[in-house]
Amino acid sequence: MISSKAGTDKLKNKLRSPSKQNLRQKFKSKKDEHLLPKFKNKKPASNQNTFKSQKVHDEHLLPKSASNKNTFESQKHRLSHGKKLDLKKKGNVVKHATKPIARSEILLPEEVGFLEAGKGESTADITQVEIKSSVDITSATKQFDLSLQFGPYAINYLRNGRKMLIGGRMGHVAAFDWVTKELTCEMNVMESVHDVAWLHNETLFAVAQKNWTYIYDNQGIEVHCIKKLNNVLKMEYLPYHFLLATTNDSGTLSWLDVSIGKMVQRTHTHLGRLDVLCQNPSNAVLCCGHSKGTVSMWTPNFVSPVIKMLCHRQPVRSVAIDQTGRYMATSSVDSTLKVWDLRTYNCLQSYKLASGASNLTFSQRGLLAVSLGNIVEVYKGICTETVREPYIKHFVGNSISGLKFCPYEDVLGVGHARGMCSMLVPGAGEPNFDALEANPFQTKSQRTEAEVKSLLEKIQPELITLDPFELGEVNRQAVLEKWEEKTKYMFVKPPKVDLKPRKNAKTVNKFRIKQRLQQERQKKHSMVASEIKQNLVQNTIAPRKPESKPSVLDRFKTKTTKK
Amino acid sequence: MDIFSGESKMKVKVLVRNPDDYLRETKRDIHKLPRNYDPALHPLEAPREYTRAMNAVKLERVFALPFIGSLDGHRDGLTCLGKHPDHLSWLYSGACDGELKLWDVAKRKIVYTVQAHDGFIRAMAFSQETSSLYTVGDDKLIKQWKAQELDGSDLKAPINTIVTRSMLTGISHHRSKPVMATCGEACNLWEHSRAQPIKTFQWGVDSLQSIKFNQVEENVIAACGSDRSIILYDMRESAPLRKVVLKMRSNSLCWNPMEAFVFTVANEDYNLYTFDMRNFASPINVHKDHVSAVIDVDYSPTGKEFVSASYDKTIRIYNSRQAHSRDIYHTSRMQRLTCAAWSLDDRFVYSGSDEMNIRIWKARAAEKLGVVKPREKTALRVNAKLVEKFAHHPAIKRIHRHRHVPSHVYNSRNELRNSRIAARRKEFNVRTHTKRQLPIIPEKAKVIVSEQQ
Repeated sequence: MISSKAGTDKLKNKLRSPSKQNLRQKFKSKKDEHLLPKFKNKKPASNQNTFKSQKVHDEHLLPKSASNKNTFESQKHRLSHGKKLDLKKKGNVVKHATKPIARSEILLPEEVGFLEAGKGESTADITQVEIKSSVDITSATKQFDLSLQFGPYAINYLRNGRKMLIGGRMGHVAAFDWVTKELTCEMNVMESVHDVAWLHNETLFAVAQKNWTYIYDNQGIEVHCIKKLNNVLKMEYLPYHFLLATTNDSGTLSWLDVSIGKMVQRTHTHLGRLDVLCQNPSNAVLCCGHSKGTVSMWTPNFVSPVIKMLCHRQPVRSVAIDQTGRYMATSSVDSTLKVWDLRTYNCLQSYKLASGASNLTFSQRGLLAVSLGNIVEVYKGICTETVREPYIKHFVGNSISGLKFCPYEDVLGVGHARGMCSMLVPGAGEPNFDALEANPFQTKSQRTEAEVKSLLEKIQPELITLDPFELGEVNRQAVLEKWEEKTKYMFVKPPKVDLKPRKNAKTVNKFRIKQRLQQERQKKHSMVASEIKQNLVQNTIAPRKPESKPSVLDRFKTKTTKK
Repeated sequence: MDIFSGESKMKVKVLVRNPDDYLRETKRDIHKLPRNYDPALHPLEAPREYTRAMNAVKLERVFALPFIGSLDGHRDGLTCLGKHPDHLSWLYSGACDGELKLWDVAKRKIVYTVQAHDGFIRAMAFSQETSSLYTVGDDKLIKQWKAQELDGSDLKAPINTIVTRSMLTGISHHRSKPVMATCGEACNLWEHSRAQPIKTFQWGVDSLQSIKFNQVEENVIAACGSDRSIILYDMRESAPLRKVVLKMRSNSLCWNPMEAFVFTVANEDYNLYTFDMRNFASPINVHKDHVSAVIDVDYSPTGKEFVSASYDKTIRIYNSRQAHSRDIYHTSRMQRLTCAAWSLDDRFVYSGSDEMNIRIWKARAAEKLGVVKPREKTALRVNAKLVEKFAHHPAIKRIHRHRHVPSHVYNSRNELRNSRIAARRKEFNVRTHTKRQLPIIPEKAKVIVSEQQ
């Protein structure tokens, strides 16, 4: 995990936009030239580099021996013999840790779902009814339609895919187990509901109502009314940080710590109404889409966006990030859909759709669901290759307002103007869950234990960075700075200051003036001192032997004379 | 389920889980926990582990309660401790009034007391078959006592007494042969049956304070002399092997029970030095941290750590290759320490002090004594490993190193630090401004004055 990169520099290289040539090369071999971006002359992603080298809350310090500047010979002796062996061992352990993990994959019980069409047919032509009739009863019950009359519905699935929360614009909120259709709670909050979100488990959920945000119990009892989160349009829950992130009508992003009830950060984005929000699950960074066609990424540690990308020419309608945090899909009003690589911030794919996609969502296995008005299209492998046609298509019949994949299941939940619909998408869900992360078969005692454990391991919001592995890397800058400071003041006594104060100068001022002067002289002197020290050390510790040319008579020299 | 549906020959499989595979059968079973180590399912690894390491280090400090109890009963200050090689709970202690006591550490009771010597009991050693204990005292006598099972026989009388001509300050026994070495005016080798020493080693006129047989290289003996020297002897030779003179006198020394050629000396200049017997040009390690003279040192049976007792009323535990202590134990009731021992099961540390008490401490302050269930044990080991992994992160390092230290130690430490910085600064200035070339001696080797054959 130790790399030698200095954060800003490497990222600057990454953020350089792809040249025209590269794009042409990409599309050269393929027949779909029409999928090239229309604005060929303009650079597709002029990424405004507002990324600052994020200093994590705790800067890490290396032991002296690994610093760049310490190149003394004696360093080798300082590493006591036990330590050297330990470092080697650690490296081997890391290398060999991957083997048993790969081997244990054979123990995974379930396998991925799939859908294969017959000869000459494409999977896009297969209807939900056909799929439903071809699978077993339990899977068939997972495909259902709810026709409700309380406005366009927003959907949220619980993290373990067990329960579902729907919120209709006209105030209808219901939480239920969507497999058994068992209702946990149902109510009408008598206000407009913009978004619903589960919190850490099925006992609490948040509803973004007309003015404020409310938190309800699983029985539908109102537990909190959070007036600070007002006019909320979209909500995202960050599970490992216990943070509820919300976007506002007036363009404010807020992070609320739901475990202690503290507002961690409220930033005014100055980018207008925020109604497009997405979370990057791999690093807990929030992604917002704006009406100028830009996408910005936010962390609670900075007031300005960490990344700002120009993605489209028209307003961005929807953003989705896949579970591994590598790809981002954006769609805009001008019917384009683009897939971006989140490490290099390059546009990987660019498609033209029939109409503007209003909702995008990624499944656990990398399938992308796109809603175009009345229709839902699911694309397979859209990030890695250029796709010609959808994997599955479904005509919903009402304008779609919410689109979410159910975790660990092959199911896609669609919320529309007249209710919700659950459709089967074979191959969407991760077949093998990790019980210590999210367990669909969780009992009550397991739930309480998991709650306690996750609270103990709650990550502090200061640790949210773009690169989640930054914490394991060496902060060379800090080490160098510290070393420099040490060499400045360590060995040389700074010269005394002779100060003759003015007649009327008060004693306090005298003292302050003297201090200031002393510091200034210290600094000047320290530069000289460190230079002297460097030279001295280099000359005496490792004395340079005069290099003698090898001669024929060398072999007659004895050891003592050679020296 | 693969089903061929009619003419279209479409293949479908939708994910379906059988609850019987995932739920436990009866209430008495444990819950089933299927695992998937795919990193996509475990995001944010680094911050999560960091948080766990933070919790682990904090819990370690919460549970760091090293003091177990004190053995009260002596009527004068302690001078030496002896650990019986065969019985973990038998601890012998010798006091300044000549009393020798055997303690049952588990019950914290005295088994018996013997008036062993007329003056101080200087040192004790166990014979090679561990059935007898030898003590030396200020009355120039070497006494042999029974160190076996308490079988009702009279333990109050010594089996044997040897009258010597000179004062004795230390004793050590060969690991396998019936030979022991005493030090005082000179190093004498004795055999059990003889009343006269079989060999005498003399180098110079100064006396020796402490002597120890090497437990691995069985014929090698090391002793600390009052002329600031450490002398190496080989039992089979006729003359001492080597002598190294340090800047200040060493109070005590201890051989590493696992590494044949390594020993540590406790020096008056507040440091401990670990030497390699084969190379006296410089010590392997300097162990700093004490703020007053170090009186006694003892190794753990694993050879990886040692404990040092110092005149500054604290005992410190060091890793055998690290320069700074890993832990410090102190109590306001514990006054000047005279001896320290590490129990032979590597779990406890004993300290004997001037105020007539022997204190029992845990070797690892946060360790749980008693029965530890396997899951608990795994969790504790995981925590320990996490702390080790993140030991260099500043926030975790700060908590890990934090120890409450008595105020006199705190103040002395700051003073010492300033004086050491001043000395270094002076040396640097002298070196920059002098015209002749001063040799650069590494910090470790500075303590050695000379080496003699």
